[in-house]
Amino acid sequence: MEKINWLDWGVIDWNLPLNHWDLFIVGTFNTVLLTILALFVGWVLSIPLAFLRANRNKLFNYPILCFTYVFRGTPLLIQLFLIYYGAGQFDIIKESVFWVILKDPWWCAFIAFSLNSAAYQTEILRGAIETMPQGENEVAVSMGMPVLLRLRRIILPSATRRALPMYSNEIIFMLHGSVIASTITILDILKAGRMVNGQYYVAYEGFITAAVIYMALVFITTKGLKRLEGNWNAYKQPRTT
Amino acid sequence: MEQIWEFRSILLQGMLWSIAVAVSSLMLSVILGLIGAWGKLSSNSTANRLANMYTTVVRGVPDLVLMLLIFYGGQQTLNHIGQSTGLWGYIEIGQFTASVSTIGLIFGAYMTETFRGAIIAIPQGQREAGIACGMSKVLIFKRIIFPQMLQIALPSFTNNWLVLIKTTSLVSVLGLQELTYVSKAIGLKYQSPFTFLIFAFFAYLILTMISELIFYFLNRKNRMVSRGI
Repeated sequence: MEKINWLDWGVIDWNLPLNHWDLFIVGTFNTVLLTILALFVGWVLSIPLAFLRANRNKLFNYPILCFTYVFRGTPLLIQLFLIYYGAGQFDIIKESVFWVILKDPWWCAFIAFSLNSAAYQTEILRGAIETMPQGENEVAVSMGMPVLLRLRRIILPSATRRALPMYSNEIIFMLHGSVIASTITILDILKAGRMVNGQYYVAYEGFITAAVIYMALVFITTKGLKRLEGNWNAYKQPRTT
Repeated sequence: MEQIWEFRSILLQGMLWSIAVAVSSLMLSVILGLIGAWGKLSSNSTANRLANMYTTVVRGVPDLVLMLLIFYGGQQTLNHIGQSTGLWGYIEIGQFTASVSTIGLIFGAYMTETFRGAIIAIPQGQREAGIACGMSKVLIFKRIIFPQMLQIALPSFTNNWLVLIKTTSLVSVLGLQELTYVSKAIGLKYQSPFTFLIFAFFAYLILTMISELIFYFLNRKNRMVSRGI
């Protein structure tokens, strides 16, 4: 690509990241895809877990509590390393069909992030279910709704709506957490920046570009979620007309 | 297990590095948090804007990106300034300094919000009473605001600390030989990564549990004090 002169500031030359815009596009795609998939799988897993825990299920409450406590009490980086590096230690895993998945860094990151997010989302949803006004549930029971229908129509919508601020935090947390995917060779936004910096032996350009992309993503996400919060909680607002 | 016992001194050293990074960055973050809270609450519009910018930027950029930027870029910037002004020669930022300053900077932003919320929660009347008694601004802060702020901020402070411990594992990317780095390196070298990483996993878990326990008792004592028991 041709050098654009006004982008060369001496100390910082913006031509470098611009020349490798394709790396950053791929990186952004990977980061966003990993984050969204992990959040989605975490959400799907968290629904039964949170429900069992909120109901104080005799059999499952403590095992689930152990799962969420352990995954929330340790760094995501260690969890990722355990799956990516640790799985290779056992011959049983290496010879099994799972090795196709576990030797691929992308799948390892996906599994680690999903489990981590599931642990956090379980506790978020459990808190929201437990603080649900009892009357909502009782009305549904008195209408003769079976458990699953009640969960789908009453409990989940009500709990999700009230937990939305916590969910926003979790989404930002996951987006920020996904940078560690770059430590196991996945080409995410940070990896793209590191590659540019490594290739030209510079210190700023790649990292600053990565930082700006992350900030833009965070900004867009928070704006979108604020709007969603306004929409979902619109019924609580005083009427204007 | 034997392998872990064999490398106990290195692993223990790594753990001590982790704790050292965590505690030092906590101290830095408290200082930055106090300054930030002052900036956010002051009537000075420049301080206001700076503090707001600080918290927005830090909460928008992931910790690892900021860490690498400070580790590589900060060094170059310092040397650039030193070269052009002639005030200092070549400086090399060590891994420990870079880690502590970055984690301190990041959690300073969270502490800013914590302290700001706590200061706002103190009834305005107490400050006015202080003024009526003829106390100076510094004295009011020292005797009235600060002690109460600590009490109110404690739960949120606990949360920040728990997240901070986990963030220290990222420092391994810079090459500082703390718990994560050491357990990964030894594990890969002796072809038993799972053994060493699971050790690190539980070591972090125990650190978290101990901190939770300490803060639980602090919180309880705190509540008793505020109830006058």
